[in-house]
Parts: sequence; C-alpha cells; structure tokens
Amino acid sequence: MPNAVIGLPLDRVDGVAKVTGSARYAADAKAGSSPAFGAIVTSTIGRGLVTKVDAEEAERSPGVLLVMSHEDAPAQAPFKQRGGNRHARAKPALSESRVYYYGQPVALVVAETFEQARAAAALIRLSYTTESGSYDLADGRKLAYTPETLVAGKADTQVGDFEPAFAGGEVKVDATYTTPYQSHNPMELVGSLAEWQGDKLTVHCAAQLVDAAHHSIASTLQVPLENVEVVSEYVGGGFGGKLPIYADAILAALAARRLKRPVKVVLTRQQMFSVTTHRAASIQRVRLAAGKDGRLTALAHEAWTQSARADEFAEGAAVCSRAMYAAPDRMTRHRIVALDLPVADAMRAPGDAIGQLAVEQAMDELAEKLDLDPLELRLRNQPDRDPEKKIPFSSRALVACLQQGAERFGWSRRHKVPGSVREGAWLIGLGMAAAIRPNYRQAAHARVRMDEDRHVTVEMDMTDIGTGSYTILAQVAAEVLEVPVEDVSVRLGRSSFPQTPGSGGSFGAASSTAALREACLALRKQLEDGKQPGNLQAEAGAEPGDEYKTYSQHSYGAHFAEVAVDTTTGEVRLRRMLGVFDVGRVLNAKTARSQLIGGMIWGVGSALHEHAVVDQRLGAFVNNDLAGYHVPVHADIPMAVDAVMLAGFDDKSSPLGSKGAGELGICAAGAAVANAVYNACGVRIRDYPITPDKVLGGLLQSNLAQQR
Amino acid sequence: MRPFTYERPADVPAALQAIRKPGARFIAGGTNLLDLMKVDVEAPTHLVDVSRLPLERIEATEAGGLRIGAMATNTYVAANARVREHYPVLAAALLNGASGQLRNQATTGGNLLQRTRCYYFYDVSKPCNKRSPGSGCSALHGYNRIHAILGASDACIAVHPSDMAVALAALDAEIETQTADGQGRRLKVADLYRLPGSTPHVETILQPGELITAVVLPPPVSAGQVYRKVRDRASYAFALVSVAALVELEGDRIRSARIALGGVAPKPWRAVEAERRLMGANASAATFLGAGETTVAEAHAYGHNDFKIALAARTVARALSEAAAQHKG
Repeated sequence: MPNAVIGLPLDRVDGVAKVTGSARYAADAKAGSSPAFGAIVTSTIGRGLVTKVDAEEAERSPGVLLVMSHEDAPAQAPFKQRGGNRHARAKPALSESRVYYYGQPVALVVAETFEQARAAAALIRLSYTTESGSYDLADGRKLAYTPETLVAGKADTQVGDFEPAFAGGEVKVDATYTTPYQSHNPMELVGSLAEWQGDKLTVHCAAQLVDAAHHSIASTLQVPLENVEVVSEYVGGGFGGKLPIYADAILAALAARRLKRPVKVVLTRQQMFSVTTHRAASIQRVRLAAGKDGRLTALAHEAWTQSARADEFAEGAAVCSRAMYAAPDRMTRHRIVALDLPVADAMRAPGDAIGQLAVEQAMDELAEKLDLDPLELRLRNQPDRDPEKKIPFSSRALVACLQQGAERFGWSRRHKVPGSVREGAWLIGLGMAAAIRPNYRQAAHARVRMDEDRHVTVEMDMTDIGTGSYTILAQVAAEVLEVPVEDVSVRLGRSSFPQTPGSGGSFGAASSTAALREACLALRKQLEDGKQPGNLQAEAGAEPGDEYKTYSQHSYGAHFAEVAVDTTTGEVRLRRMLGVFDVGRVLNAKTARSQLIGGMIWGVGSALHEHAVVDQRLGAFVNNDLAGYHVPVHADIPMAVDAVMLAGFDDKSSPLGSKGAGELGICAAGAAVANAVYNACGVRIRDYPITPDKVLGGLLQSNLAQQR
Repeated sequence: MRPFTYERPADVPAALQAIRKPGARFIAGGTNLLDLMKVDVEAPTHLVDVSRLPLERIEATEAGGLRIGAMATNTYVAANARVREHYPVLAAALLNGASGQLRNQATTGGNLLQRTRCYYFYDVSKPCNKRSPGSGCSALHGYNRIHAILGASDACIAVHPSDMAVALAALDAEIETQTADGQGRRLKVADLYRLPGSTPHVETILQPGELITAVVLPPPVSAGQVYRKVRDRASYAFALVSVAALVELEGDRIRSARIALGGVAPKPWRAVEAERRLMGANASAATFLGAGETTVAEAHAYGHNDFKIALAARTVARALSEAAAQHKG
C-alpha cells in the first residue's frame, strides 16, 4: 500500500510540545484576565452533617475574595443516582450539609494567590454532627445487595447448574481472594480553570470524556449546553480517574461567576485520594472443578465490592470469567457493599484487573492440584465460542499468545515444585497468567479539512490521555489522504469539535479512528471528484454495527513473570516479565507497546505495592500521599520487561482492525507475579498486595525461611 | 502554607542571631520542612536559610576521622571517596534513602532532624501528641504497620525515618553544634534524640536555636560494614526495618560488633545488649540469630506492625552475617 503509516512506531506527534512544556494541561491554561485561585476544604468526618461553617478568620485572611459552603453555594441541579451516562450526570458541589465520606469537599476559599487560598482554607472551622458510619468491606458483606446492572453486563449469570456440578467435581479449588482500594493518582492533579464571558462559560479541565464533561457541567450549573465550552487538550494521565468531572470544575465555575473573574481550582495530592474516585476493594470467591484430564467442569466467580452509599458503582470483577474458559456448568455473581467511603468508579480495566488477580491465581492453584503445567491447564480449557453467550469470537489469538509467550520466556525451565531454585538468600520462581479484556467501540464523529497546500486539520472532541491519540489519528489521516504525517494537525479536546466517546474502556482508538477514516474518505472522494485542495472540509461519523452483538469481542494476552523472594525478609523483586498480546491490528507499535508495558507495570504494583488503607475508625484513607501510597518505582521494574503484540486484524471490531489495548496490559499481570511468588517460595498470598510482612509470615510457617 | 518571612544570613553567628526571632526556623534543603509547611504541620513565621552557610566541606580531623559539614548534601557525602572507602555503611545508608533528586537537595544536618512519616502526624485533622501535645496518639489503635516496636510509649509510637542517622549511630559518630548564645558543643548522634515518653513533641536534646554545624566520624575501624534496608518497594520508601552492622573478627571470633536499627524506634536504635553478647563470641549463624533475638527481646508491637519483631531479628542476623563474611574477606 502506498504511504502505509498506520502501525508504524512513530514518535508521539505531541512529544516535543510535552517535553518542552508548551503543551498546556488544564491547570496551565491561560485565561483572558488574571485568575483567582480556589482551595477546597474537605470534611474530617466520615458521615454526618456540617452544622456550622465558621469562616470569619478565613475571610479576614490576606487576599481572600470568597468563601463558599453549603450555606451559600448557588443552586445547582440535584444529583441523581440513576439514568443515562453516569459521567454526564449533574454533579452538584457544596449543595447540602450532609457529609457522605471523609475528605468530601465542604467549603471553597478563593483568594488572589494559590498560597493565600491555601493558608485561608486552613483557617475554616467546621462543626459537625457525627454519625457512625460503615467502613469495612468484610463486615459490610452481611448487607450486600445485588445491583440492577453492572457498568457493562448483568449482575449475575449462569449456564447449566453450578452447585451440583461443583459438588461432584473431581479436583477442586475453593478460594477467596481480596484486593485493596487503589487510588487515582496520575502525575497531573485534577484541576480546572473556569472563565465566564457574559453567559458563556469556558472550563479547562482534565477530562477523558469531553462530551460527558460538557453535559455534566452544563446540567449541574443549569445553563444551556451551547453556552459551555469544555477544553481538555492534554491530560496527564487518565486511567478512569478523569472520566467524571469533580468539584474543582463546578466550584471554579460557580466562583468565577460570582467573582466575575476566572478562577482556578486544583486538588492537592492528598485530596486526590478522596475527592476523586478510587478502585473499589473486593472480596472474591472462586470455585473451580476439573476432571483429572484437566478440563474444567464447573466454574464460579463471585465478587463483593465496595460502592459509595449514595453513588453506586458496580465493579464487574467476575465479568472476566464469563468468556475466558470453557466449563459446562458455571456462574458469576456480583454483590455490592454500600459503605460510607469516597466514590468508587472505574480504574484501568475496571472489573477485569481485580477479577483476574483472583481467578488467574485460582487457575494456578488448580494446576498444582491437577499436577498439570499451569500453561497447559489454560490451553486445555479454551472455548471454541463464547461459553455464556454461545456466539462466536470475533478473533481470539489467546492460544498463540500463550504458546509464543512460553517459548520466548523460557517457560519450560520452570520447576514445578516451589522452592526449587535458590540463589543465596533468594528463592527464584516463575509464574504465568492469561488475560482477557472486553473490546468496546462507540459512535464517534470527526471533521477534517484540507487547505490549498494540502495541509490537513483534524478536529474531534477526542482526548489524548497519554495514550497516543494525537499520533494514531495523524497516522490514519495521513494514510487515508496520502499526505505526510507532518502535514496533519490534529486538534482534540474541545466540546465544540465533533462528538466522540472520548478515552475510556479502551474504546477510544477504535471509535475515533473509525470516524476519522470515514471523514477522510469523504474528503478523499471530494478530491477524486476533481475538487482542488483548499477550504475542503468533510465531516462524518462511524458507529459499531451488529458485530458487537453477534460476536463476542475481546483482546487477549499472556503474562510470564520471574521473581526473586528474599527468604530472610519476605521481600519480592521482579526479575523479568513478558506479555504477549492479541490486540488486533496495532495502530502505532510504539505507543501501543507503551500502553501495554504501562499496564503490566501497574499489574506488578497491584500484586506487590498498591494499597490505599482505610482507618476503620474514621473511614479515611490514611496513607494519602505518594510517600505512603506505593506504586512501583524504576528500581522495581527491571529492563527485562517486554510486551509483544501479535499481528492481527479484527474486522468485526473496527474497519481499521484494531481492538482495545490500553487496559489489557494490567489484566492478569499481577496474577502472574503472585503465581511466580508461589513458585519461588511456596507461599500463597490471596490477600493483595503481596507485601514483605505477608510473605515473611508464610515463610515462617514453612521450612523455606532458612537463615543465610 | 502560612505566610512567612525569609532571610539568608551570611555566616553562622548571623544565623544564630536571626533564629532568635519568634517563630523562626532554620531551613536547609527544605525537603521535609516545606512538605510539612504545605500540610500545615509546621507553620514557622520566619525562615532562616542556612543552606549556603560555609558548612558544606568534608575534611579529615586531627584524630584521623572525618568532619562532614552540616550543609554537605546527602549526594555529596555518599559520593565522597573517603566516606566510600572507610565508612561504606554510611555511603550505603545514604544511597538507600529517598531519591536522587531529594539527596541532591537534602543536607546532613537536615537529614538528622527530619521528622517522622507517621500518617497521623502528617494530617492536622487527626489527633497526634507529637504535633499537638495532649491530643492523643491516633496510631496506637489505628493503622500502625510502619510504627515502632522499640523505645515507643503510649503517647507516641512513631519512628525516626532517617537511614543516614542509623549508619551514624552505628559508627559512633558525633555532632557539633552551636547554641544560640554562640557556645559550641559536641555530642554523640545516638544521644541527640530523646525517646517520646510523655513528651513526644520534644524530639532532640537541642536547645531552641541550636544549629548543627557538623557530623564528626571517628577514625575508621577495620570491620565489615553492611547496611540492609527492608522496605515495601525497591527504592524510594522508608524502612520497615533497616540495620547497620559493623563486625570485626579475630579468627573465627568476634572482636567487636555494632548494630543500629532504623524503622523500629523513635530514634536510631543501638542494640547495646546484643553487641555486648557478641563480643568474643564465635562468628556463627547461631550466634547471629541469637543477636537478632536479643535485639528484639524488649520489643512490643501494636497489631499491624507485629511482623517487625521477627523481621528485625532476622535482618539483624543477616546483616551481621554479611558483615562478618565481608571482614573475613
């Protein structure tokens, strides 16, 4: 094909702007006049009422322009739990005296400078009526309920009759796993700059979904949609944490309107832990039964996850078990535990990331009981069609991922008996896990223009949350219009541009490139019809067809990990890791690989590090900064971490053949690490993360904790 | 952050004068103080910047040791050839602390005086006797996984976070200070810190306005030196348990051993009794395990940190064994 650029490992087209600082994130945005700065004050109780807001001292503090609380915040649309896109709902701030969780915004202080605002915020005195709250997931299980629906899919599914099949199973695993709260903490803090010009409002905010943010802000403020422009040109990490808009955006808009001046509000790092959303903690029970031939006969995956009491989020932790393995009798079940904690919502691969930490460890446990290689167990249980929906897979190269991964990694060198490989004080082990992630696509639109020197401009309200959207869209336009990539300008992240679903659920690339391809084909047709470049414009949309109903669509992967466990201390160190993935056609080999590696690293962190801890007396996340909340650092991730993508093309997914990649890398990655820990030292930790205290505790109960 | 004024005196006498201003605090690297000011734990009204005082040199002492200026950065000290050759436990401890960026900024004096990383100390909305005397200790019955097993009191179970100070305690290092009235004094690093008792807000024996001007290392000893830090991730995390061990052998016997621990106590913790018992003992695995057990004989844990008792004992044994092997060559 002439000018084939789709798939090439091009550098990010926005890379220079980012590393030179000219890329403006929400908090870097410039307003027409000098902005005032807002600081949010958050609640210090977990449940109750604000009875008094004493702002006297704060109001007298230097530079203070405004103090706002529920006592005087302007009327806003009420929050509604249900209906429509949950990220497009009204999100009123400071609209009531009720405190739903510790760290909830309860006041805003606006001052001439950021420092003045923060200093004055510390002077606000709040009085409360405190009510006793429920903060413990395990304890709350007795009041768990069945959600009407998950974010995607039904709460419960079943095929055949699981219980009797499991009861009669030959070789069985019945294990319970727990996964902790994880906090959204991308590099870029959540923040907004709001500016009114007459009755027109512009909000610069960090939004993955510009269209949803647009609706959410306009409806909260009860102003016409056309009077609001949302701008989110660069987003410093999304991961689901910037799917909703937060109090910063609404409060900046309210304060700017009252002060008749632009207002900027940025959360502190500590506030990120409570004012934004988090990944729900879970308790998961997995039951597997297999014949001695290693074929699954029964499979059940049940999950209990936290949700905020007044803002339901039903994490689909067991969804991953609906299409992964063949088993005639099976069921999945989701139960919600409403707690008085901050709002749970999506975090990279919601449901699947934590679900596969559980089920892929359970598969490892079953393999051992069967005396079967864990890789072979996966290979023996591949379904030839979706085992629940009974429809064909659109494409499924999981077997190739498993086999090629095993070959490249040297899986055959694994010793099946834990504790077999010792290097001084360290025990070495290998682990693997298989990954699945649903493939989604949504309707999207694009506008493309060509000027007289054939320079192409693309406009969409799509976002680039660090994934590479700018780059792949430039590649698509360049290839379809047969122009150099350098001659394509991609403009994203404005609500006035053609509507897309934005970035989330790994649907961004397939959705937006399909639409852009249509728009470019329409423009190309104009050229073929004899029109000359210059003021040419085409706008088009694309939406998924029935293939999303008639085919079961997923991306797949296989992870292999080698770890070392220190037998003196219980410390675990990753030595090398490989992921092999089926993501259909790769749109940019470099950015896609970065996505997958990033996901794998997060998987390592999920296995070994990340844990937002709730103080059960207060309902507060206590380790709420990046010194206390651990994610992997460079020293935790060896150079020998690699992601390999198989060649593929899924024509049911998208006309460009791609499938979602952004969330696949994290899926099951942590389970491979957990399984490697077990293979290294014989300690099976079902309570993530696998920290030294837990491993040491296990070692001390075994004979492997020998002192060297 | 509250408003404050700032000045940068040119020499030590001027700094000692400047610190007399009510509400004044010294600032050097600022890697801890500025964080604490941002979260309103510290609210000085005046900052006296001592970072450019001429106290950044590392020089030999007449006694054959080293004097490290209080303003020498952690990076600078860790890279110093004499430190690396003669006091490798110190270089290792420094490089196990913080991150490269922080070590470039953090000073020797400031490192000694950094404050605990207890979650509850860092959050002004929660009771903390160290921050707000008499308000109670939130960690005692709270989430105390990173807290002390030695030397704590019911008023405070926070640990001192420094790695460097642990190595200095093991090396029997001293500090030199200037008091506000211009008097100099010298004291052992191990004696700098006070245990919390009922006054956890009083952390050191320094007088108000007293400035640490140098750390003095005694002449090098012929000993295997090991710093072993156990933490939740491979870098940029405070110690769950850390151990500085120096072991000097004479044949198969231990001529002397020194053990200091971090992450387990409100100050760098010298395992004095274990050291005493090691003197003259046979250098064997059993001896070192016994020393680990002796180290934690008086330990008390609070629930989430129960694991630290076994972890500290095992890490002491491991560090001693490695130090002995190193000395044996």
